[in-house]
Amino acid sequence: MQHLTTHEAAIQQDKKQLVIIGNGMVGHHCVEQLIERGATQHYQIHVFGDERHRAYDRVHLSEYFSGKDADALALGEADLHATHGVSLHLGVRITRIDRDRGEIITADGRLPYDSLIIATGSYPFVPPIPGPEVSEHPQARLVYRTLDDLDAIRYHAANARRGVVIGGGLLGLEAANALKSLGLEAHVVEFAPRLMPVQLDDQGGTALRERIEALGVGVHTDCATEAIVAKPDGEYAYRMNFQDGEHLDTDLVLFSAGIRPQDGLARDCGLEIGERGGIVIDETCRTSDPEIFAIGECALWNGQIFGLVAPGYTMARTVAGCLTDVCEPFSGADMSTKLKLLGVDVGSIGDAFATTEGAKSYRWIDEAGSGYRRLVVSSDGKKALGAILVGDNSYYDTLLQYVQNGIDLPEDPAALILPQSEGGALMLGADALPDTAMVCSCHNVTKGAVCRAVDEGCADIAALKIETKASTGCGGCAALLKQVFEHELESRGMEVDKSLCEHFQYTRQELYALVRVEEITSFDELLEKHGHGLGCDICKPTIGSILATCWNQPIMDPQNVALQDTNDTFMANMQKNGTYSVMPRVAGGEITPDKLVALGEVAKKYDLYTKITGGQRIDLFGAELHELPDIWEELINAGFETGHAYGKSLRTVKSCVGNTWCRYGVQDSVAMALELEHRYKGLRTPHKVKMGVSGCTRECAEAQGKDIGVIATEAGWNLYVCGNGGMRPRHAELFATDIDSATLIRTIDRFLMFYVRTADKLQRTSVWRESLEGGLDFLKEVVIDDSLGLGDELERQMHHIVETYECEWANALKDPEKLKRFRTFVNDNSSDPDIINVTERDQPRPARADEIESLAVEIR
Amino acid sequence: MSTATAINNTPRVLCDVQDLVDDSGVVALHDGRQIALFYLPKGRDRQSGPEVFAIANHDPFSKANVIGRGIVGDKDGEPVVASPIYKQHFRLTDGVCLEDDRVRLDTFNVRIEGERVVID
Repeated sequence: MQHLTTHEAAIQQDKKQLVIIGNGMVGHHCVEQLIERGATQHYQIHVFGDERHRAYDRVHLSEYFSGKDADALALGEADLHATHGVSLHLGVRITRIDRDRGEIITADGRLPYDSLIIATGSYPFVPPIPGPEVSEHPQARLVYRTLDDLDAIRYHAANARRGVVIGGGLLGLEAANALKSLGLEAHVVEFAPRLMPVQLDDQGGTALRERIEALGVGVHTDCATEAIVAKPDGEYAYRMNFQDGEHLDTDLVLFSAGIRPQDGLARDCGLEIGERGGIVIDETCRTSDPEIFAIGECALWNGQIFGLVAPGYTMARTVAGCLTDVCEPFSGADMSTKLKLLGVDVGSIGDAFATTEGAKSYRWIDEAGSGYRRLVVSSDGKKALGAILVGDNSYYDTLLQYVQNGIDLPEDPAALILPQSEGGALMLGADALPDTAMVCSCHNVTKGAVCRAVDEGCADIAALKIETKASTGCGGCAALLKQVFEHELESRGMEVDKSLCEHFQYTRQELYALVRVEEITSFDELLEKHGHGLGCDICKPTIGSILATCWNQPIMDPQNVALQDTNDTFMANMQKNGTYSVMPRVAGGEITPDKLVALGEVAKKYDLYTKITGGQRIDLFGAELHELPDIWEELINAGFETGHAYGKSLRTVKSCVGNTWCRYGVQDSVAMALELEHRYKGLRTPHKVKMGVSGCTRECAEAQGKDIGVIATEAGWNLYVCGNGGMRPRHAELFATDIDSATLIRTIDRFLMFYVRTADKLQRTSVWRESLEGGLDFLKEVVIDDSLGLGDELERQMHHIVETYECEWANALKDPEKLKRFRTFVNDNSSDPDIINVTERDQPRPARADEIESLAVEIR
Repeated sequence: MSTATAINNTPRVLCDVQDLVDDSGVVALHDGRQIALFYLPKGRDRQSGPEVFAIANHDPFSKANVIGRGIVGDKDGEPVVASPIYKQHFRLTDGVCLEDDRVRLDTFNVRIEGERVVID
């Protein structure tokens, strides 16, 4: 039989075969859930996606045109499947399901399944409107669903001035936004009398229309398109003729007139299908064949298709549960939505149209400002049933909780939708929510789960997100999550005191601002004006770092010396026995043979243990305090300078050899690493900063594990930020692509200075990034688009640091007063008698306690 | 070598005031003991004038001689030094460790006499 082909080779005989068709958001979530519940112990999982991309975030698709690339939209870790032994087949289409044999069939062959999950999603509905031949006029019949669709839109938009979207629903408005960000004049044509007819009533639709028209988007409601006609000689390429005799000319037409379940495979193999499409499922998400499940937009439950991601995720969890431990039945889903469409807030909750018997509505209408809010309450006025919001979603979280949790309404329910200045917008305190209240519906995180995470030690929002996954789906619950979290901390008496320490009632960020604005140049001055007491080991180094960043005075100057941690004070790294390690700068890891020899000679002379570090430098261990100046005298004479290994500052810029030697390199990564290291050396930062530069995409310098990572491309450089190795590794995120060297440096200047200005004490860039409320987009806006107008200031501050750089060791060696401190004893020239070394592998190392005891016996 | 000291002209003098570092520590050797000397030029309340504190240089937690290289400050108004290795705080007045009051460093009576720092 010819069917035993490539897929067969991958089968592990001891495990059941689980096949998932579809690698969209829901299919991917299902894989994550299966892995989390240990399904890989019993099942070998195969995932088939007919797109060539990894699973990506379709909810934020329009961001593809505002800076995010496919990587940035990708979901989860790239190596998720490989790590857990899940076979991922991308760009492979399933042609048929053979239920009799229990196999799926692709162009390459067959693969048997014990269980099958269909997560094929939906496809855009294109109404049968007469028009020009698609093969010759693809731009007259574009759709908006996949990254490939978006690439097609971008391609055709390049020569277009105007674009029309057919469909004024949620996706249609997203699509209009996409056209707008491509620089086109955008129009929306909607068949119904109002925009977003599923979510909004007439007044809501009107308010939304006014807001969108004010943004320069043409809105045509009550408008049925009869035909699309090519106009080869016209001003625009096509003319759309409407039923009422009107017309609209355009260069491209984009269809977003709803979705249809992708149920072809199920239909062909005889599974039960709904009258208007959709694979019929029960409450366990099983289809009419008990070995086959269907989830997401291809599934029909109780006569309903759910076109949102949250219900799809719930189905994914149901199936993952059924296949592992506990099956939690799917019982429908809340279709409430909170969106920002073309920058306009739109929200729809529960029974928004007051279809419940006896339901009454409160309405707040702002015709001048195009705002609208509607609250639907029960006939007795005690419970909220639904709501509609246009223009301001800050009311959404509270209203949603009232509806979802059946909380009793206040005396005057209207207060819930009145403007805050009129005494309205009663915020529902987090304490009023029951433990079962849903905080994050994408990841099914309740208030109770947040409380448990806090009990188990989550002390900040970033940790909470990692622990619970809350607010990592659509992100709509970020504000609510923060509110619940802070309330929980407070109720445990763990009030989040943001004070730096008992001596300063300010955060690091506030102190930074005070130092800048009031031009404070010493710790004493700051303590005098804004603090009290003597200071301590928390505030002194923090403020020492701030002063160094702002004014770049030598850290060994008398007013600064007492502020530094011992490492900074003695410009070396203290080891466990009180000796120091010495690490001169070896920029970019490039070192001459002469310098290598010099390092070896110094190490030999002072009997130092030597080790190559992860940052491509050489560390010399075991120097006593009083030896440091002599050692540095010799190192500086050999052409070295300080390496700041002791400071919260730039450590190293790791590099590969780049195109000067490597046959794959496309840029000179060593030269760039040297430029970066010499530019930013000496900059004091809230925590240490590491960088890497790779000469090609093979990424030998591991730049994506650094705070700043630079990877060469044919056209220039890609910049990654906020990566981290260490205890909690974090991949750096793509920040800018194909930029030239000057832009790269300007961007890093701004990025670093913004980090220095806004990070907390001892906060690495990775944690800082997690804590930024607007996330990476916000960071891009500030650094790249200069949305806060800070760009020049940040660059100026960095130039000051660069221009005033001085090697701290060279500075100290010139000044006998500074060298006075480098004495083991102020009244005696002897060494510390308690420092005892033994030899191991031909090098010295500190003796262990038991070795010291036996040595003592020998001496006696 | 251990007895060849430059300024040991009377047995009670530890060092010069010049050898101390403002708001920070140095270490002196006295009868084989390592003594960490901390100097607050304005005193513990930042107004009553120079004060010098002396406690043992040996850190019982790391078992290294490093206390004199810690950061000086205060906790609730009490002057303290933080060990540079594992960051425990020791009170300068009586050597007691704030994190574990069963641990106490020896203290020494030192004072400033003119240009000298002397020990009783």
